[in-house]
Amino acid sequence: MAAEHSATEYIQHHLTFNHTASGFHLDTFWISLILGFLFAGTFALVARKATSGVPGKLQNFVELIVEMVDAQIKDAFHAKSKVIGPLSLTIFCWVFLMNAMDFLPVDLLPMIAQAIGHYGFGMEPEHVYLRVVPTADVNQTFALSLSVMLLIIGFSISAKGPIGYIKELFTAPFHAESLPMVIILLPVNFAFQLIELAAKPISLALRLFGNMYAGELIFILIALLPWWINWVLGTPWAIFHILVVTLQAFVFMMLTIVYLSLAVEDH
Amino acid sequence: MEFNSSLIGQMITFVALVLFTMKFVWPPLTGMMEERARRIADGLSAADRAKQDLANAEKASADKLREAKQHAAEIIAQAEKRASQLVEEAKSTAKEEGERLVKGAQAEIDSQVQHAKEALRQQVGQLAVDGATKILKREIDAAKHADLLASIKAEL
Repeated sequence: MAAEHSATEYIQHHLTFNHTASGFHLDTFWISLILGFLFAGTFALVARKATSGVPGKLQNFVELIVEMVDAQIKDAFHAKSKVIGPLSLTIFCWVFLMNAMDFLPVDLLPMIAQAIGHYGFGMEPEHVYLRVVPTADVNQTFALSLSVMLLIIGFSISAKGPIGYIKELFTAPFHAESLPMVIILLPVNFAFQLIELAAKPISLALRLFGNMYAGELIFILIALLPWWINWVLGTPWAIFHILVVTLQAFVFMMLTIVYLSLAVEDH
Repeated sequence: MEFNSSLIGQMITFVALVLFTMKFVWPPLTGMMEERARRIADGLSAADRAKQDLANAEKASADKLREAKQHAAEIIAQAEKRASQLVEEAKSTAKEEGERLVKGAQAEIDSQVQHAKEALRQQVGQLAVDGATKILKREIDAAKHADLLASIKAEL
């Protein structure tokens, strides 16, 4: 609720990152880091105490997720790799947790941050900014998708060798029999390959960013309603958002697996 | 959309997370799950084996039971046969013994009768002689008429 602000100021305040002078987004960094620790810590704890006997509740839950990820990989990725499993699990859990920050009341963490900023550091509350959903930050989604792109290149090189990969960059998707035609097709193929390579991280990142940004914005807009009617729109949107949050995490993971499996297969 | 140094920071975070998961999360969990799958498979095959064993044992015990029943029936049949045989034997022995006893008694009776007859004859002869003696008084010499007396006796 924004009694003392206008709606525009309220929204703008909510959409401003807590950044350093150089523009580094501290809120995205710290929240994603804490969520990363939450995921890695929980899973590592379970993994350390894991028993092949009767599992506990937490172990069962962790196993459920690991098994789901493992099943998807077995379905889509047919080469051998030690990276793909942990990578997919990390993407799914981390993205899910970051997306799930949307479920916290939109004002909860920003108000806590304002209180800390005001009473702890003597800052003006209006100048303490916090965005709680890291995946609604393009830097976060592109960090993920560009890392995936680097992995795509890495997987391609390790599967086909450096020379094989470079050769593929210039001779696929259009093949020719005669040498002049091959030379003519060189730039065309290379352009196609570059577009293909660039399209993957961009579509991955923008899909996730767009969904989460839109979701967050709607939560902010709903928060502008009077407090007693808030739940009428807030509850259905939050329930619907459970689907979006899970689905986007799953889609990101699934597409990563598919892209990497395409990278290790021959054209 | 604003790109800045956060991008690099988040990439580093991501790589660190993936490396951590590769080292501490994925291998132990998948290893444990394989181990469990193996144990479950072992357990299932052991259960199958045990079931087979049980079926075999049941079959063997049923066989034994049938044999024992058959054996028992044979023994009972033999015993019955022997019993009826004994009864038959006893019956025939008793019959023979009875017949023998009856025969002995008959012979005794016969000899007694013969004896009685003989005694009676003697007495009657004596009586006749005595009577004749009384009638004739001394006219009859016992020694002289012994042959006569004997013939009378024989006629009686």
